Amino acid sequence: MRISCHFFIGLVCMDKTVKSVEEALAGIEDGACVAIGGFFAAGVPRILLKALIAKGVRNLTLACGSGPLLGAKDELNHLVTGGQIRKVIDSYGLFRSASKGGQHPFEQKIRSGEIELEVFPMGTLCEKYRMAGAGIPAFFVPVGAGSLVEEAAITNVEANRKKKETRVIDGKTCILEYALKPDFAIIHAHMGDPEGNLRYRKTARNFNHVMAMAARVTIAEVENLAAPGGLDPESVHTPGIFVQRVLQVPRVKFDITNL
Amino acid sequence: MKKFEGLPREIIALRVSKEIEDNSYVNLGIGIPTLVSNWLEGRDVILQSEIGMLKTGSLAEGADIDQDLINASCQPVLEVEGTVYFDICESFSMIRGGHVDVTVMGAFQVNESGDFASWLNPSRGLSGVGNIGGSMDLATGARKLYIAMEHTTNDGAPKIVRELTYPSTARNKVNMIFTDLAVIEITPKGMVLKEIFPGLSVEEIQSVTEPRLLVAPDLKEIEL
Repeated sequence: MRISCHFFIGLVCMDKTVKSVEEALAGIEDGACVAIGGFFAAGVPRILLKALIAKGVRNLTLACGSGPLLGAKDELNHLVTGGQIRKVIDSYGLFRSASKGGQHPFEQKIRSGEIELEVFPMGTLCEKYRMAGAGIPAFFVPVGAGSLVEEAAITNVEANRKKKETRVIDGKTCILEYALKPDFAIIHAHMGDPEGNLRYRKTARNFNHVMAMAARVTIAEVENLAAPGGLDPESVHTPGIFVQRVLQVPRVKFDITNL
Repeated sequence: MKKFEGLPREIIALRVSKEIEDNSYVNLGIGIPTLVSNWLEGRDVILQSEIGMLKTGSLAEGADIDQDLINASCQPVLEVEGTVYFDICESFSMIRGGHVDVTVMGAFQVNESGDFASWLNPSRGLSGVGNIGGSMDLATGARKLYIAMEHTTNDGAPKIVRELTYPSTARNKVNMIFTDLAVIEITPKGMVLKEIFPGLSVEEIQSVTEPRLLVAPDLKEIEL
């Protein structure tokens, strides 16, 4: 039997729910680093992303995992044409099709250097978020040894191609990579409760959990808001300690667009 | 350069599927590798998808499409009995940690040391950035790495080269190459031509392959 805390006088449940997108995104200012959950079309916080566009904040660094902006093309168009993006961090941030990509204002601004794109191997990037959440400032990883990744940061802005440190461990060249701690994370979950405990659905989990761990302030949009104690404690994916704000949103139907 | 007619992409994928042993955990990359899954149905092979899924089902269509269920190429897929979902760090622990038995990827170029290039096409003119995705992690952690690709570019230029002219994805990792024209194993002694498209001679394969090919004693037509 699960006991709801409502039955105990004096035992208060934290309530992290916010009532509006404006309240959800409060405090995000120009120049902020904002992590965006999702892997291509799956698990992207579409409502919060639209709200970020409406808020009009500029000079943003968008810390992604694997192309959530390619999976939310309309939102990407607005962010780019509105001049809101300074930098994108991603493992797969460019359109797969070179011809499609070449036409797109996002790629054009990368080519001109107006937007910086920094890329990492996907497993290294997710670990950079996890390490930030876990309090480990840097780590050695063999992925990328023997490639350009070993030499310097992979970015279109030449001045930012910072050299990387390496060390041979157990006979393998390993690269020192640093934790990445965003100011905010906007993420998407299938279910949540007022204390911020979250459950994701199918492959929409992807980067949402590690980004919740990483960010100073994590804002979760949830399709279903359970009563306190309404989630099975054995099957919470993200414990509420990693989540600061919860916004209930409708389930939005979207197309799984071709990249 | 002369361009030879060879196997269609689906049949390259069929040939790769025959190399995969039962009871394997397999990760399939974008392109021809994705097509391998069509030939694995009914086999005791479990597909790992880096988005966070073990036992990935076949492609979903129409009413079966679920917007919360895609593979790492952003294609809607089906859940099957025994499917498991997990987060991205757990997925890359499987990949980087060496738990995946076979990885199949596409490539722009492969050389005889088993180095390959797949992530950055300089002709796209994007100032040194490209889509790395999970390719470097997959190559680093792969127990066996198979490359499935066309033997030459559209213009007939070799993709199996002496020196990579594209930036590498990983070094000394490729075990076998499956193309429309040949099956080649990479050994410490060099590239061994093991199977050949029916009707082509060893000399013809060599003419579209830069490194000197060693010919397997039991060289045969591509086995399907």
